[in-house]
Amino acid sequence: MNNKVTQLREEFLAKLAAAQTAQETEEIRVEYLGKNGSITGLLKGMKDLSIEEKKDFGQKVNILKNEAAQKITEKLEEIKAKELEAEINAMPEFDISTPADLERGSYHPITLVQRQCEDVFKSMGFIVEDYSEIVTDYECFEALNIPKHHPARDMQDTYYLENGQLLKSHTSAAQNAIYRKYKDALINDGVPIKAIFPGRCFRNEATDACHENTFFQMEGVMVDKDISISNLIYFMKTMLSEVFQKDLSVRLRPGFFPFVEPGFELDISCLICGGEGCPSCKHSGWLELCPCGMIHPEVLKAGGIDPEEYTGFAFGLGLTRLAMMKYGVKDIRDLNSGSLKTMAQFTDDH
Amino acid sequence: MFLSMNWLSDYVDFSGLDKLKLINQFSLSTAEVENEIFFKGSDIEGIVLAEIKEVAEHPESKKLHLLKVDMGSGELQDVVCGAPNVRVGMKTAFAPLGAKIGEITIAPRALAGYTSNGMCCSERELGISEDHEGIMDITEDYPLGTPIKEIYDIDDIIFEVDNKSLTNRPDLWGHYGIAREFAALIGRPLKPLDCVDLAAYDHLPKVDMKIEDPLCQRYSCLQVENITKTVSPMNMRIRLYYCGMRAINLLADLTNYLMLEMGQPMHAFDSRKVEKLRIKRFDKPHTFRTLDGVDRNCDENTLMICNGDTPVAIAGIMGGLDSEIVEDTTRLTLESATFDAVSIRKSTVRLGHRTDASMRYEKCLDPEMTVPAIARFVRLLTEIDGGVKVVSALTDEYAYQYPVRQLSFDKNFVDRYTGIEIANETIEKTLTALGFKVTVSGDNFDVTVPSHRATKDVTMKADIIEEITRIYGYDNFDVHTANAPLYPVRAAEEKTLEDKIKDLLVKRFSLHELHSYVWAYYDEYKELGIEVEENIKLVNATNPNIETIRRSIIPTQLCQIKTNVGYAPSFGVFEIGRVVNGLKEDGYCDERKKLCITLFDKTKSVEALYYELRDILAIMADDLRHTALTYKTAQATKSYQHPRNLNEIYMNGVLLGEMGICHPTVAKKIDKKAAIVFAEIDVSLFAEQENASIAYQEPSKYPEMEIDVTFISQKFAPIGEAIAKANCPWIKSVKVYDTYQDESGKSITIRILFSDNERTLTKDEVMAVVDQVIADLDAQGIPMKK
Repeated sequence: MNNKVTQLREEFLAKLAAAQTAQETEEIRVEYLGKNGSITGLLKGMKDLSIEEKKDFGQKVNILKNEAAQKITEKLEEIKAKELEAEINAMPEFDISTPADLERGSYHPITLVQRQCEDVFKSMGFIVEDYSEIVTDYECFEALNIPKHHPARDMQDTYYLENGQLLKSHTSAAQNAIYRKYKDALINDGVPIKAIFPGRCFRNEATDACHENTFFQMEGVMVDKDISISNLIYFMKTMLSEVFQKDLSVRLRPGFFPFVEPGFELDISCLICGGEGCPSCKHSGWLELCPCGMIHPEVLKAGGIDPEEYTGFAFGLGLTRLAMMKYGVKDIRDLNSGSLKTMAQFTDDH
Repeated sequence: MFLSMNWLSDYVDFSGLDKLKLINQFSLSTAEVENEIFFKGSDIEGIVLAEIKEVAEHPESKKLHLLKVDMGSGELQDVVCGAPNVRVGMKTAFAPLGAKIGEITIAPRALAGYTSNGMCCSERELGISEDHEGIMDITEDYPLGTPIKEIYDIDDIIFEVDNKSLTNRPDLWGHYGIAREFAALIGRPLKPLDCVDLAAYDHLPKVDMKIEDPLCQRYSCLQVENITKTVSPMNMRIRLYYCGMRAINLLADLTNYLMLEMGQPMHAFDSRKVEKLRIKRFDKPHTFRTLDGVDRNCDENTLMICNGDTPVAIAGIMGGLDSEIVEDTTRLTLESATFDAVSIRKSTVRLGHRTDASMRYEKCLDPEMTVPAIARFVRLLTEIDGGVKVVSALTDEYAYQYPVRQLSFDKNFVDRYTGIEIANETIEKTLTALGFKVTVSGDNFDVTVPSHRATKDVTMKADIIEEITRIYGYDNFDVHTANAPLYPVRAAEEKTLEDKIKDLLVKRFSLHELHSYVWAYYDEYKELGIEVEENIKLVNATNPNIETIRRSIIPTQLCQIKTNVGYAPSFGVFEIGRVVNGLKEDGYCDERKKLCITLFDKTKSVEALYYELRDILAIMADDLRHTALTYKTAQATKSYQHPRNLNEIYMNGVLLGEMGICHPTVAKKIDKKAAIVFAEIDVSLFAEQENASIAYQEPSKYPEMEIDVTFISQKFAPIGEAIAKANCPWIKSVKVYDTYQDESGKSITIRILFSDNERTLTKDEVMAVVDQVIADLDAQGIPMKK
């Protein structure tokens, strides 16, 4: 009987060793340890043995049974580990060096530059306003102290419509509406007017690489008691330094614009050479950037604000020009061309 | 406008000062100076006065002469010269060996077998005129060998001021006005103009002159005769040339010189042609020949200078050919006048002819300048030509005088406006230097604006601030932030929404933002067979192709799609732009802000692309307004709309826009096979919709039950409505699981998810709801598929 146990053990171990898969191992388990398994079956042939022998034999069979169960568990773990390894080894090595697919949407470069500017002004408490593209003669000229005979009102510069309205030739056309919208808060509650208003502008001119009939500007105004030229210089320097992310120098030169007095042309230190002089600033060290000035008393008056009590400054940034400077766009017409070869490059920059 | 530092130094003493720095200061304080500064004469060195002692023909050249030239060194130079005007005894400008002209250093040079030890120079070679007819013929009496630069003012610094920056400064259109600015900038006195005293001629007869039109503000004239000289002095010609004008003859040069010096345009008539000077307009359009020989059409708004009823000049623009000074002119009538600036500008535009004179008149010239200009003219003329006789009294009609402007302000006003401290003395000194009469008492200033600033430029207190601060120098400002109180800034709703729409479309749906024009492009539309919709037009478009304002961005975008067909097999574009929807009741344009999206795809079915666009809009609506869109079938009315599948888009019952498929005729012109779908919605109306809060539902802890049912139906809508009608709180979602077509028609399989937060639902109670829906649909003729 004891031989039988030994024999069965050897047979079991040999079979188990030969098993390759979990399935085979399971079959072996059923064959030896199942209800009708060979090891279980050993106990059935015990009835002829003496009690002593039964005890001894039973003990041996149980040892074998435990050992077999143990071996099967080990075998299963071994197979599982092998399978995992095989699975890992089956993973091919990918070629990460292939070019990535960068296909995605894009913003118009004006949107990008506009957002960068808006962020700077918003951070300094300016509200961002929007305005219509078709305005009245009053909004575009009269309210801005541009008298009837001023050259800026010549037919050749401005697109007029059949009903006497016009396509706004500058974002300043929104000034009057902004003053009217916020004057009550200014006068009654002392809330300063701080607003920027980007927008599309139109000039009736032939287009070429440097001229477009449709372009973007961004106007800004600040009105309160005692706003001064000194404040104007401070704000322009601070805000433009933020916009260009450089510590810029600014300088003002007298410039004539009917809606400001005094009016200025603002230059910034050249972005390329920093003021040393280089070809891009024509060796002057300065770049003419934007007109600005103290809001003309008549313009404040037209907006319902008493110029004796309040003063303010206004400035106009050429967003189209900024975008061209920033991205090195050489032909202004590219911006309205609708060509995706050009435009799809401006994925994000914000 | 070009300016000469030599000329300016006639009126301001620049000694000891860096002129380039001054020019830069001028640019920062007065008007923009162009970058390039011209150092006249700097490339000329060693040129001297010399006399031609001998002239011999060159044996082998008809053109060349062999000269012996005396440059005062006692030794005659052999010179080979090609100028036709050489003669013995002639004095000329001579460049001896070692002299420099431009890049060239004069060295012995063989010319057709003879050596030339130097060069006789023309005016052009010295850079002082365009004259290259012959070598200079110098009559001034100087010892031989005198450097040419000691005889003539060849060395000069010329700078150019941008005319545009002088638009509002009528006083800066001549050297004298510019000199006043320099004087104020450096704190040195402005020297007075040297003029004759015209009162000396008061006893002479007056000129027959009358202003008959209010467009002439002042007309001053004087007659002179016995002019014998015809050529202006070299130094005057050099100044004119350096400042961009050609010397013509003494009288023309003098009027030009006066204009460049004082900014006052002047004109000289042959007195025989202006016996009865009348300044007026004609009732009818007429043709008039100006002195450049051009016939110009003058209409009834053009102010004319006339001899009785015969026009002799277009006022302020150009004289006539018939009244020009000619060979046998003995007496001339000198005009110095001011005219209505707007009228001159308009006439200039009508005639399409802008002159140096009209350019100045457009700026509102100082009428106080007409008489001093004549006095100065007579001074210069008599200095040059001693025999000249004034034969009339000054005849002057001053029809319209600008009101004298008095402005009062106090130091506090200046401090407030500037934000810095500027001393009372500085204010007074600055304004006085600029010609203002200033009375100070304590902190109060009373100021009289000088006539040269009073025509339109300085009219109010804020203008005074500019005068004070620009001379003070903006670079000298102490800059500081404002003391304005802080308040929260609430972002403008519509602007914020626009930004979010852009982000969503770019980031989530990979669309490309494009810009376009607000008008319809006839040519491009035509190419695609899109009709331009009738709408308000531009009245003055220079390009007739862009006359009509668009009513929709969709056609624009279809044109853009066409441009980009080769870009990729599939892409989508969008724009937030404006359209005009005709006129409103008040007569103003109904301008609308629209979002337009167009998708182009060569790889997908039009149906798939259509649903893709539908989903983009739905997600946008749900993200930004947490509200669903609804659709209503619409009739196609535009050439680019496919008659099928055109839908109006609604939110909360408000019509936001439309969505559809590109008409096959148009689509085929874009691409033979691609699917093209578009949508356009009104951004402002979208922004006006209330942003509903997110409808949060607590997830149930009890098991959910999914029921699939298939109906034979063309559309989902009735199924959705029937489910909604069941009004069952357990229904958490309804999805279209599948759609397919077979012999029984189109089938739609829906999957309804049931759950309850309080308990586990039983199959029976759920099926009761489903059965109700099935019965409801069956009654409508929509059977369940078994």
